[in-house]
Amino acid sequence: MEKQFPILQIIDPNGNIIDENYENEITEHLIKTFYSHMVRMRVFDRKAVSLQRQGRIGTYAPFEGQEAAQAGSALALNPDDWMFPTYRDHGAAMAFGHSLKSILLFWNGRNEGCIPPKGKNIFPPGIPIATQIPHAAGAAFAEKLKGTRNASIAYFGDGATSEGDFHEGLNFASVVKAPVVFFNENNQYAISVPFHKQMNSKTIAQKSLAYDIPGVRVDGNDVFAVYFQTMKALEAARNGEGPSLIEAVTWRYGAHTTADDPSKYRDQAKSHQRREITDPIIRLERFMKNYGFFDQVWIDMVQKEAADEIDQAIKEMEQFPAAKPGDIFDFVFAKLVWPIKQQKEEYLEMIGGDKK
Amino acid sequence: MRAAIKTQTLTLVQAINDALRIMLQENQNVILMGEDIGKNGGVFRATEGLQSEFGEDRVLDTPLSEAGFIGAAIGMAVNGFIPVAEIQFLGFIYPAFEQIMTHASRLRMRTMGHYTVPMVIRAPYGAGVRAPEIHCDSTEALFTHMPGIKVVCPSSPADAKGLLIAAIEDPDPVLFLEPMRCYRSSREEVPEGKYSIEIGKGKKLVEGTDVTIISWGAMIPVALKAAEEMKIQEVSCEVIDLRTLYPLDQDLISESVQKTGRTVIVHEAHSTGGVGNDVLAIINDTSFLYQKAPTERVTGFDTPVPYFGFEDYYLPTEKRVVKAIEKVLSF
Ligand SMILES: Cc1ncc(C[n+]2csc(CCOP(=O)(O)OP(=O)(O)O)c2C)c(N)n1
Repeated sequence: MEKQFPILQIIDPNGNIIDENYENEITEHLIKTFYSHMVRMRVFDRKAVSLQRQGRIGTYAPFEGQEAAQAGSALALNPDDWMFPTYRDHGAAMAFGHSLKSILLFWNGRNEGCIPPKGKNIFPPGIPIATQIPHAAGAAFAEKLKGTRNASIAYFGDGATSEGDFHEGLNFASVVKAPVVFFNENNQYAISVPFHKQMNSKTIAQKSLAYDIPGVRVDGNDVFAVYFQTMKALEAARNGEGPSLIEAVTWRYGAHTTADDPSKYRDQAKSHQRREITDPIIRLERFMKNYGFFDQVWIDMVQKEAADEIDQAIKEMEQFPAAKPGDIFDFVFAKLVWPIKQQKEEYLEMIGGDKK
Repeated sequence: MRAAIKTQTLTLVQAINDALRIMLQENQNVILMGEDIGKNGGVFRATEGLQSEFGEDRVLDTPLSEAGFIGAAIGMAVNGFIPVAEIQFLGFIYPAFEQIMTHASRLRMRTMGHYTVPMVIRAPYGAGVRAPEIHCDSTEALFTHMPGIKVVCPSSPADAKGLLIAAIEDPDPVLFLEPMRCYRSSREEVPEGKYSIEIGKGKKLVEGTDVTIISWGAMIPVALKAAEEMKIQEVSCEVIDLRTLYPLDQDLISESVQKTGRTVIVHEAHSTGGVGNDVLAIINDTSFLYQKAPTERVTGFDTPVPYFGFEDYYLPTEKRVVKAIEKVLSF
């Protein structure tokens, strides 16, 4: 199966182009877009981890190492497409245009953080594993019924493929030819459970065979490979050819979440050593050096802009108005039903009214 | 004179670990299964050290698939084993709902006792630890409503150990709910070695004469604090920890509410369809004419458990309990 589903690469770990078909498509604009998004994502992720440590947000799921998989796929979307991220895909959500303040609010326990910016179709992060996969199939099918050329993308991890919802979502989409890309980030661990204990299959891409849909395996740390393969799958979806499955092979360097201690189940020093080969940002920098795009002044500027933007978002998150007790009652139904109305009134009376 | 019982000071999660170790040692057929329970020792460390002690076949890291491993546990249970499955958080049990509702709970009846399902499903539940959404549900009533499965919910380390051992030895499926908020919040002296506490029996935590407070799990500390506070007003509250939510301890409930005639039920779960209503039904059936005031319920609201930024509003507080006590006293 590994032979049937080889890991596609456009640039190798040394930053050299190995698939010449794409030489002309890799423009300076694209390189700079990818690089700046990936840096922005990493700065965000590291700041979020430190905010959690300081008790300024709640438990947080870091994605360091998965920037290329998330940036490459999210940047392939059209503005009107639908995104169904997991709790680890705020990098993808950022790249697709979610607001940083909202993402931080989400991690600080606020529903307001689930509201996407106006006009953007970004679902709240999928918390129960794999449940977002059928949603993506359904939203995509709805676009097809409406006759648009919009598609949807569902993100999920390797562990998620064990859940029924994964299989049911793929099957449904394949039957109705829904324009959806099932984008797997195979970071090789589901919390502590390594890939080979999660499934007997050698790859995730091969699961496409069961549903008779295209399946590819890409190097998830090669942003170009991810981007062009996602583009291809989205194009096919828009043209009525139905869903595809992409397996982006990658790695998370950090903990599963800030509540997890990865040293319980793997050697973190070895994990760190992998950066030499798999860190997607290091790889892109090597490529930029090899092909004359490396510009330290520009890179410093990108870093600084990212840090400033994120600091600003943190400020906005922290200055955000306090949570209003009344809000937990008001959004359960379109119109308050009597039991909730009664509970709300009694509660607000006890605490002396809602916060302004 | 009673022989001194040897004890050790344990948290609730350590007491669970102790119970699991004892049962793995004692009965070769006991098998633990669940996500991340092996090397990682479970996300709350309830199974810490057990895989290295008993091996990968007896402490099984399963694929990430609740329907899959609960379904498989049912198959193992009908075929000679006693699976003790861990659901990482109660909010993630729903994929297995069908397996529990349509199989675990009714195989005995379907086959008139030919096939039985002696298994335990352990699940941490409840809010109040600033966990992400869906990690905070307390939907025990979905399972007390389900015929054919017992539901147990201890609030203290010693009870947790004795009840878990009883659950593992029970011939039928048991859902064992662990109040996440109490996992490490306190320690107590827990008897060493094997002992069990009868399923279906509650416990009087505080003796009192004026008002009965009935609660369980993570709401016990809230109930105890409210009872303490009422002392200042010279109100004597009796506090009852139900410990088992199906079948309820009818005798303990009726004995207490007949004595006080005034009752406050406290639970974290949503109001409508909550187990509190079944307690109320027992009061109605057994003790109606003894009541001096309508029973009050202090519960979570009929809203999904909100994100943790709002969870303090959702969770019953000491203040709400005190208010309810004052109300039942006003009649
Ligand atoms: C239905 C369900 N079961 C269990 C969990 C607890 N849990 C959260 S993340 C996770 C592992 C997910 O692994 P994977 O799908 O590989 O994604 P990754 O976290 O590696 O991105 C588990 C078991 C959950 N969120 N939902």
